[in-house]
Amino acid sequence: MNRERGRDEKTPVLWMVVHGVIASAIGIAAGLAIKWFPEQASTQAGPIDHLYDVLIWTSVPVFVTVSIIVLFSVRNFKMRPGEEQLDGPPIHGNTRLEVIWTAIPAVILVVLCSYAWIVLTDIEEARADEMRINVVGQQFAWTFEYPQAGGKPIKSTQLYLPKDRPVRFHVKALDVIHDFWVPAFRMKIDAVPGLETRYRVTPNRLGNYPVVCAELCGLGHSVMRSRTLVVTKAQFNTWLAEQKAPTAAAGGGGDIDGKKLFTDGNGAATACGACHTLADAGSQSQTGPDLDKNLAGKDAEFIKQGIVAPDTRVAPGFQKGIMPKNYGDTLSAEELDALVKYLGEVAGK
Amino acid sequence: MVGRLRGPGMARAALGTVLAIAFSYVVIFIMRSWYDLDPVIDGFAVLELSLFLAPIGFLIGLGAFDYWFYWAAGKKTVADDHASHGAHSWRDYFKVNTDHKVIGIQYVVTSFFFFFVGGLFAMLMRAELAQPGRQFVDPNTFNGLFSVHASLLIFLFIIPVFAGLANYVLPLMIGAPDMAFPRLNALSFWMLPLAGIMMLMSFGAPGGSFASGWTAYAPLSVTAPEGQVFFTIGVQFAGASSIATALNFLVTIITMRAPGMSFFRMPLLVWANFSTSLLVVIATPFIAVSQFMVFFDRSLGFNFFEAAGRGDVLMYQHIFWFYSHPAVYIMMLPGFGIISEILAVKSRKPIFGYRMMAFSLLAIVVLGFTVWAHHMFVSGMQDWIRVPMMVTTAIIAVPTGIKIFSWLATLWRGVLHLDTPMLFALGFLTMFTLGGISGVVLAIIPVTIHVSDTYFIVAHIHYVLFGGSLLTIFAGVYYWFPKMTGRMYDERLGKLHFWTTFIFFNATFAPMHVIGIQGMPRRVADYAEQWAGWNLAISIMSFFLGLSALVFAYNMIASWRGGPRAESNPWRALTLEWQVSSPPPIFNFDAIPTVVGGPYEYGVPGAVHGVLKGGAEVPQPAGATASAAGRGHGGGSFPKDEE
Repeated sequence: MNRERGRDEKTPVLWMVVHGVIASAIGIAAGLAIKWFPEQASTQAGPIDHLYDVLIWTSVPVFVTVSIIVLFSVRNFKMRPGEEQLDGPPIHGNTRLEVIWTAIPAVILVVLCSYAWIVLTDIEEARADEMRINVVGQQFAWTFEYPQAGGKPIKSTQLYLPKDRPVRFHVKALDVIHDFWVPAFRMKIDAVPGLETRYRVTPNRLGNYPVVCAELCGLGHSVMRSRTLVVTKAQFNTWLAEQKAPTAAAGGGGDIDGKKLFTDGNGAATACGACHTLADAGSQSQTGPDLDKNLAGKDAEFIKQGIVAPDTRVAPGFQKGIMPKNYGDTLSAEELDALVKYLGEVAGK
Repeated sequence: MVGRLRGPGMARAALGTVLAIAFSYVVIFIMRSWYDLDPVIDGFAVLELSLFLAPIGFLIGLGAFDYWFYWAAGKKTVADDHASHGAHSWRDYFKVNTDHKVIGIQYVVTSFFFFFVGGLFAMLMRAELAQPGRQFVDPNTFNGLFSVHASLLIFLFIIPVFAGLANYVLPLMIGAPDMAFPRLNALSFWMLPLAGIMMLMSFGAPGGSFASGWTAYAPLSVTAPEGQVFFTIGVQFAGASSIATALNFLVTIITMRAPGMSFFRMPLLVWANFSTSLLVVIATPFIAVSQFMVFFDRSLGFNFFEAAGRGDVLMYQHIFWFYSHPAVYIMMLPGFGIISEILAVKSRKPIFGYRMMAFSLLAIVVLGFTVWAHHMFVSGMQDWIRVPMMVTTAIIAVPTGIKIFSWLATLWRGVLHLDTPMLFALGFLTMFTLGGISGVVLAIIPVTIHVSDTYFIVAHIHYVLFGGSLLTIFAGVYYWFPKMTGRMYDERLGKLHFWTTFIFFNATFAPMHVIGIQGMPRRVADYAEQWAGWNLAISIMSFFLGLSALVFAYNMIASWRGGPRAESNPWRALTLEWQVSSPPPIFNFDAIPTVVGGPYEYGVPGAVHGVLKGGAEVPQPAGATASAAGRGHGGGSFPKDEE
């Protein structure tokens, strides 16, 4: 035996719709108010963030609908004392309802996918006057190369970008898969050994933004972080010119420029600036200890050991096994001395 | 002692393991001498061959292959030999036993052991992440923790616990005396703890446990220290277990349904396990292949994924995800079946839209094979693959939505019994909807480009696997606890478990959506200062979540040992498993029942699903308000185990 529940008449769908609309309004307002994204620093960010807002508008009512039905059912159809042996009405289905709840989600999804496709095409579109920058990922540092017409590319451990200039990153990896991501720009792509991957970005806001590795690459993955600087066109050109023709070698004479070694490496070894912050060299990476702090007041012997035997004395908060142990081999004796002298002068004092 | 070693059992299994290792040693010695390799014994080579052969030696010693060996050797065998059928003491649970009810309990208990271990690893991870910087573990150990956490919970908990629950319930539900292949069933079970032990053993390897995530991408997994192979080979045994069980389910469902049980009179749990089994047999070989390729690259110098050797790094991901996406449906569809059973019984109403519920399961099976590359949107694969994958991923939301709405319609105007299984089912409906919504967000490529490999993904995963799968697992365990143990669990503790789980689950994982989009990557032992506050809050909430699992453990153990005796049909359900005693007799039914109607005909006066023969009571038809719910006849009683 079953009976239609008396309270059914007092559960108009209207009541649920009212609750649903109010809950959705609150939910959407909350969803839009939350600061989900970092600042928008590229032309790609705006369309992506807006697309996410549209997803909030669509998702909240879906969740609210399901929750309202569950909560109202619990409130209205809960078994009451005396109803232990009672069953509900044997409703097996309702074709019209089933068609509706198949068709409406399908339509919503078609709309969302179409919009997504439009945004995707827009953010990946080729622009005029794109500047190509090569990005090389390795355990656990990024190196950047600025190709120069008719000459060698300029290597840097600093990612400088001129505001409003479209950039095309060509990304490579030397060892395992990494992922090159600037959250403020929104775009990312894996760096894959054996492949060159690419994406386009047009930075449009001055500032200093984190660069994050977004693919597990080993024990240094969580510290493979760097920064990118978006500067004015003039500042960028100045910086580029400085890279091409550096001023007199810091670190006092000799054939080898310690500062250049710090920022560019020697081809065989990753440049120090890829992982270490050093004010004089302008590097800002946080993979390894800040040398301005860690080398303050230290002598040449300390500095040298830190380069050739990095695991003997690891700075607090940092781990063994991340800094390459073979700088003793990849740097010549003269290069090593120049580096130690340079560091002693700009940080050790 | 020699006697103990002659018969199947743990002692002989230990001997088999030792012999297999010795055999590996000899094989490596011979092969390396033959090729004049130096040194003639390579520890890693012996280890790797042992990891393949020792489990087999264990299984042979345990007796999992005995019957087939005797038959192959031409010795006398009896097809109906039930010597190792049914449990009469706790010792039987540590042997090869062919009774699906014993195997079901072996699976569920083993799986929950790994649930607690994997959960413990999560607690350790959250302890480390509570503050920036290093507090408890170094990055290598941390990477190992999240890798083993996920591997255990996926391969040693969610997938096998569903197999175990179905193993127990499904034959009863279709009116069968057991599964189609009881001996294969036993073998399937015993491969599982071996896989789990192997993964845990990796912590003892030089260089630490495997630490390249459960996804084990090449080249990181190819160049990783030796601990990696414990995953590479362990997954093979877990996969073999899963495939054999799925084959068993398919044959059982297709050939052993009781007379009168057409496909459209099957309970939806049976449909769900049928669909899942299709996914398992087709997809699982792909993860096996991906791991064999990693193994060959590592140990034999192959170049499948070696860029320098003209291999293809991305091919690993395609092969891996071709299994691992269907895997997430393997981890959810049985749960859908459980929810259908519980909602119908606890709402006292038929499942709304039964046919579409069955078809939507099949649709998910087919579509599930078309979406794998949505895990690879930022992988660097060809651009053109992305949009089609976005479309197929969006399409799969439609059959899933049909299920959610049908369940809601089942509740509507029912008579809702809000006990523990029902609460978990209702919690599932809302939480899985959230997980599904974040899934649709992730189909949208421009957004996914930003949130890939961030904590947004971690949030999504846990909403669908914890808020989805795990809540259905708890629902199913509470629901069938009386049938499996013959006792009732404590309802108040059950409700406490539900509410603490529900609240702290949301408190732990909801904020992860935000920090992910803000820029915190995943699989990191450390993070930038700006997320310190959120991470501390999340960690604290996660500790409470961990504690809530202890409420469950206590309830299960205490109730199993001394809870009030359960009747055959405490929930007044129509499906066949509830028409026999709790626990059921050793061969389930005195005589195979006849099915005369649908499984969810609540509210229809006089409706009957199955008729048991042999002079037994006709089971309680739906909706009657008459006297006590009929006690199951239980002729041929199961010899009770006195604790």
